[in-house]
Amino acid sequence: MSDEKMPKATGPLSISIPEPPGRPGDAPDFSYIEVPKAGEVECPAIDTKPEDMRHLAYSIVRVLSRKGNAVGPWAEFLGDDLNDESLLRGLKDMMKTRIFDARMLTAQRQGKTSFYTQCLGEEAIATGFQRMMRKGDMNFPTYRQQGLLIADGCSMFDMICQIYSNEKDNLDGHQLPCLYSFKDHGFFSISGNLGTQYVQAVGWAMASAISGDDKIASAWIGDGSTAETDFHSGMLFASVYQPPVVLNIVNNQWAISSFNGLAGGRNAPFAARAHGYGFPSLRVDGNDYLAVLAASKWATERARRNLGPTLIEWVTYRVAAHSTSDDPSAYRPKEESDAWPLGDPVERLKLHLIKKGAWSEERHTQAMAEIESEVIAVQKEAEKYGTLNRGKGPDPEKMFEGVYKEMPDHLVRQRLEFEA
Amino acid sequence: MARMTMIEAIRDAMDVKMGMDEDVVVFGEDVGYFGGVFRCTQGLQKKYGKHRCFDAPINESAIVGAGIGMATYGKRPCIEIQFADYVLPAYDQIVSEAARIRHRSNGQFTAPIVIRMPTGGGIFGGQTHSQSPEAIFTHVSGLKTLIPSNPYDAKGMLIAAIEDDDPVIFLEPKRLYNGPFDGHHENAVTSWAKHEKGEVPEGHYTVPIGKAEVVEKGMDVTILAYGTMVYVAQAAAKENNIDAEIIDLRSLLPLDLDTIVNSVKKTGRCVVLHEATLTSGFGAELTSLVQQHCFNHLEAPVLRVAGWDTPYPHAQEWHYFPGPKRVGKALKRVVEAQ
Ligand SMILES: Cc1ncc(C[n+]2csc(CCOP(=O)(O)OP(=O)(O)O)c2C)c(N)n1
Ligand SMILES: [Mg+2]
Repeated sequence: MSDEKMPKATGPLSISIPEPPGRPGDAPDFSYIEVPKAGEVECPAIDTKPEDMRHLAYSIVRVLSRKGNAVGPWAEFLGDDLNDESLLRGLKDMMKTRIFDARMLTAQRQGKTSFYTQCLGEEAIATGFQRMMRKGDMNFPTYRQQGLLIADGCSMFDMICQIYSNEKDNLDGHQLPCLYSFKDHGFFSISGNLGTQYVQAVGWAMASAISGDDKIASAWIGDGSTAETDFHSGMLFASVYQPPVVLNIVNNQWAISSFNGLAGGRNAPFAARAHGYGFPSLRVDGNDYLAVLAASKWATERARRNLGPTLIEWVTYRVAAHSTSDDPSAYRPKEESDAWPLGDPVERLKLHLIKKGAWSEERHTQAMAEIESEVIAVQKEAEKYGTLNRGKGPDPEKMFEGVYKEMPDHLVRQRLEFEA
Repeated sequence: MARMTMIEAIRDAMDVKMGMDEDVVVFGEDVGYFGGVFRCTQGLQKKYGKHRCFDAPINESAIVGAGIGMATYGKRPCIEIQFADYVLPAYDQIVSEAARIRHRSNGQFTAPIVIRMPTGGGIFGGQTHSQSPEAIFTHVSGLKTLIPSNPYDAKGMLIAAIEDDDPVIFLEPKRLYNGPFDGHHENAVTSWAKHEKGEVPEGHYTVPIGKAEVVEKGMDVTILAYGTMVYVAQAAAKENNIDAEIIDLRSLLPLDLDTIVNSVKKTGRCVVLHEATLTSGFGAELTSLVQQHCFNHLEAPVLRVAGWDTPYPHAQEWHYFPGPKRVGKALKRVVEAQ
């Protein structure tokens, strides 16, 4: 092409470097999140065509009103699942998750483990979602979905022993704390490498479908990690093969020091990513336990009815530090979590139950104390078997086990050398 | 001269180069405002602006791929991968693209990119914060692979790497960031403040790529080491009263074969160390070169001490780490062999 035929350049080009609305010292600013009234967003039929529900990616499904009432079509959709008993169970699951986290955080500071990741402020998502999973289904979680285990009744003793890498650690000290593996609880072994398991969940669901089984899979990823190639690979395979999988994105606004605009989350909601792949998505208030139950029910039912994948963006906030190795006061405003517009999941469900007459402040305080003593008792029991670097620990030779099914000669020789 | 940790020295190298050359750009996960999870880029964004030092989405393949694109345009990207364990999603970009673009385009396009990453164990990081992947890079034609062991070298080598016209893998032993570490994890942590290699000149200087350093002169045995293992070698030799010649390779590829061969010809014995797993590790390459070039001088088989061939375990970290005890045993065997 000759230069004369080209349009004239308009000036020097530039790139955009996204910045969060606030850094330390700034006032928190969540004006970028438009929060609709509870009950405002419609609840489409489970077999709705993806192209007929695209607008749901641009709003937020909410059930609990500011006053603590359950309102709107998603509350109706929950039907029988909205009974007091199940909600009280949900409340206690969230409280237990929070208390467990607090105890383990302290344990890390006391040197009983090397590392811990809390899910403070995000408890509703995993605990609520797990209510809609069935025995045999499989979650592919991240390090922030301990709520799946708590809600499934996984033994806290086993969880703590893994965190402590002690002699009862079910992984024999192989893996980092919090990167659990509990197959019996439908909880896949967590990798430390972000995003890798998203596409694996899709493959697992494909296998279930290829085998004519009725099990579904659920993939989990953080907002920051949606940037990884494996996220997009998972979306592609979900689109092409339409397997029974729920694809969760926990959008807690931050990925260590990086705000979610660095994963493209401010140009379009993460939920909208399903549109390009032609499957449905929901964007949901992740701090609203009832909304979590409802959206989880919708997506898991869709998968079970062989209607294919659903993407769910859970809108929430990472109240805690990224991990025990992180200090968020270095990169975000201190008061940001207080300004978070979707509130606290425990407080919101508590208010609702009190409003219904199924709960009270006194009972709440009492339940807190009960759960706390339960966790402390289990923790004490676990500590009998040691903590990191204290006590016997897993047999050192166990590091040679599980590399292969049968130990090849070169490893046998190395183990002998190790023993010598 | 200034006293620096390895982190500060690495930061200073980028600072010096960014100040000298507008084409140097620094990016990676959390490196912009926050300055990186190990703080190696702290302050660079403030000093040079958001277009010279910025955060990247969590996609290592894209970070390296975009870096290659920039390098082929004429920039000098110095990019950070948060942990060496997370470079694997970028492996295709590194191996099939950065390493080969000069050859396949016959020099029309080149990718002078530096890919920095913290490597090695010793921080209870488990299998995804502890690995030493040097051999998967030294195996690739077209890449240079460096691993400094102290602040002085870190700064001089990083400046040389940024100025180099070929892609460079720059491995930073994270256990050395704040002080030399000899493998005795039960002892108090030492800092760079008292170590002579913590003295770092101000401004520009380079430590040439492809040059090893003899860090201890000795007659009994040559120890080939790099990164953290340099200090483990020193401790093991001292504790066993062995007069070892310890060579810090610093540059794995290109390799300073002359220094190695001269030393082994003198001592007649050689022990090779690395933290990475044994099988197909870089030690196999070194051992092979030593036997080829020093065969008639060798008085004992060359021994390797390395990480066991397992994933890096969390709880058994110190059973896994090839510490002074294991190194000492190998040294004695090699020195005592008739
Ligand atoms: C492949 C890979 N790259 C980088 C990391 C380091 N890393 C661990 S967690 C994290 C942030 C993840 O943020 P997000 O996905 O939003 O999840 P959140 O921690 O907020 O739950 C990073 C960069 C990693 N573990 N794996
Ligand atoms: Mg996040």
